Amino acid sequence: MLRSATTWILVGQRLGIALVTLLIVSFAVFFATELLPGDVAEILLGQAATPEAVAGLRTAMGLDEPAIWRFLSWLGGLTQGDLGMSYVNRMAVADLLSGRLANTLRLAGIVTLVCVPVALCLGIAAAMWRGSWLDRLVSVLTISVISVPEFMVATLAVLVFAVWLDWLPALSFGVNVDSIGDMLRAYAMPVISLSFVVSAQMIRMTRAAVIETINTPYVEMALLKGASRTRMVLGHALPNALGPIANAVALSLSYLVGGVIIVETVFNYPGVAKLMVDAVSTRDLPLIQSCAMIFCISYLALITLADMIALLSNPRLRR
Amino acid sequence: MSLALRLPTPARLGYSFNRVGRLGLAVILFWAVIAVIGPWIAPYPPGDMVDYDYFGPMSQQFWLGSDYLGRDILSRIIMGTRYTVGIALAAVILACAGGVILGMIAAVVGGWFDTLLSRFLDAFNGIPHLLFGLVVVAAVGSSIPVLILTLAAMYLPGSYRFARALAVNVNTMDFVTVARARGEGFGHIIGREILPNILGPVLADLGLRFVFIVLVLSGLSFLGLGVQPPNADWGALVRENIEGLSLGAPAVIFPSIAIASLTISVNLFIDNLPTRIRDRSE
Repeated sequence: MLRSATTWILVGQRLGIALVTLLIVSFAVFFATELLPGDVAEILLGQAATPEAVAGLRTAMGLDEPAIWRFLSWLGGLTQGDLGMSYVNRMAVADLLSGRLANTLRLAGIVTLVCVPVALCLGIAAAMWRGSWLDRLVSVLTISVISVPEFMVATLAVLVFAVWLDWLPALSFGVNVDSIGDMLRAYAMPVISLSFVVSAQMIRMTRAAVIETINTPYVEMALLKGASRTRMVLGHALPNALGPIANAVALSLSYLVGGVIIVETVFNYPGVAKLMVDAVSTRDLPLIQSCAMIFCISYLALITLADMIALLSNPRLRR
Repeated sequence: MSLALRLPTPARLGYSFNRVGRLGLAVILFWAVIAVIGPWIAPYPPGDMVDYDYFGPMSQQFWLGSDYLGRDILSRIIMGTRYTVGIALAAVILACAGGVILGMIAAVVGGWFDTLLSRFLDAFNGIPHLLFGLVVVAAVGSSIPVLILTLAAMYLPGSYRFARALAVNVNTMDFVTVARARGEGFGHIIGREILPNILGPVLADLGLRFVFIVLVLSGLSFLGLGVQPPNADWGALVRENIEGLSLGAPAVIFPSIAIASLTISVNLFIDNLPTRIRDRSE
């Protein structure tokens, strides 16, 4: 397919908007964390600290400098991959984060591989045979999963697979991982719970997007022309529903980076979301800022990607 | 005509709810009644240890069993209704009222005000909801007003977006132009011309947001950051009794069922609303 130059200009524009948004977000993240109540130096030194010691530590940590200067130097470090030092355990934030981020991305990757194909097929099939038993079954299942808190899905999974059937370990870590089989077993429970939660949203939104295009006159025309139902949906309706579907998938996947805190807690999985919550309770500002940036970057990247897919799949958006 | 007279009641608008919708409505009303009359019908004081056994089974004396301290679960669920339903309702009303008012103002004013507000709230919406709640609660401490305000702040941008999209459509219609030409003020256009025409979908949206808020509130309580002991909402009841899971204790199962019954029935009710209410703008 040949794309005109305007297409690439538009794609570049989206990237530019994403970068500007990222800059604004980093500004907001930095100053929002500054607003957290509690002084870091006082927390670090404990209750018995003298005012002189607190003042000394503040100077040593650079907390006395103006906020805008600290923001700029933080941003400068960020672009060079220097995330700063953790206040609490004097380690480089990059070292603390890298392991956790790898864990989060691994879990998110596995769930994506499992969910996206299944969810898209089910969503499109439910829309194609709207009102059939398959559609009703899918609707009832997705509405139940969406209506139920995540911790219930997770504890239910523990109850069924670990307590009653005794197939899988209840905790995903702390188990020795020696072989591929062990690894599969360790990841099975969080993956199962997350897959249910994420794919339920994806199925519902995919179904709605496809049904919306099926209801347009040009698809009706295809039906009147004598196209089969499969051809009508896959050949005529689906290309136009691609944009909204990409958007739905992006929204669901962005959840996998920051929204998985409950599943991480229930299964004791060491991911980024849990790290950030711990960091908030210790007022570890550099760590909080880096975690928040990771969530915002992943969200922006996915949304921008979905935007581009919509742009490339729909010529009318390129005028 | 005053606003109260235009509220969509089934009889006035000439439609009826279908069977599934009625079932949902019945369960919602049931929990609403329980939340109001709770203290008078609870068989035991919810904080008292009345059973000598912990994680007791269902019995004549304790209908839904007892919890990890031997407290009556039925009484605790009845009292938990007040926290779960009350906090979620207060938060959702704040979020939707704020979102709808801002959305209508943005739609009518338009221009840079609209763009600026929309971009700002969109960016805010990018933060994962539960994480935002966790961070705020961990930073300022958990109390019921903090919970209500945090939950409302989380869901205001979504409500704003929804109401603004509806209000922009209504704003371009002839009767609004006529009202403007008549010289009606800003307040009249928003309150009398636009609001009645977006009320149906906005109320349906309020219901969906109520479900999300109940889920996030339960999640926070499950993590120990929501309603604090000795009080407990349904999420906190699950957290307290999670140890009883492997014993198959009713103490952990019934609070979960309570949450699920409320959220599923709200979803069923909203899903089965007559299209006349849901999509009045179309």
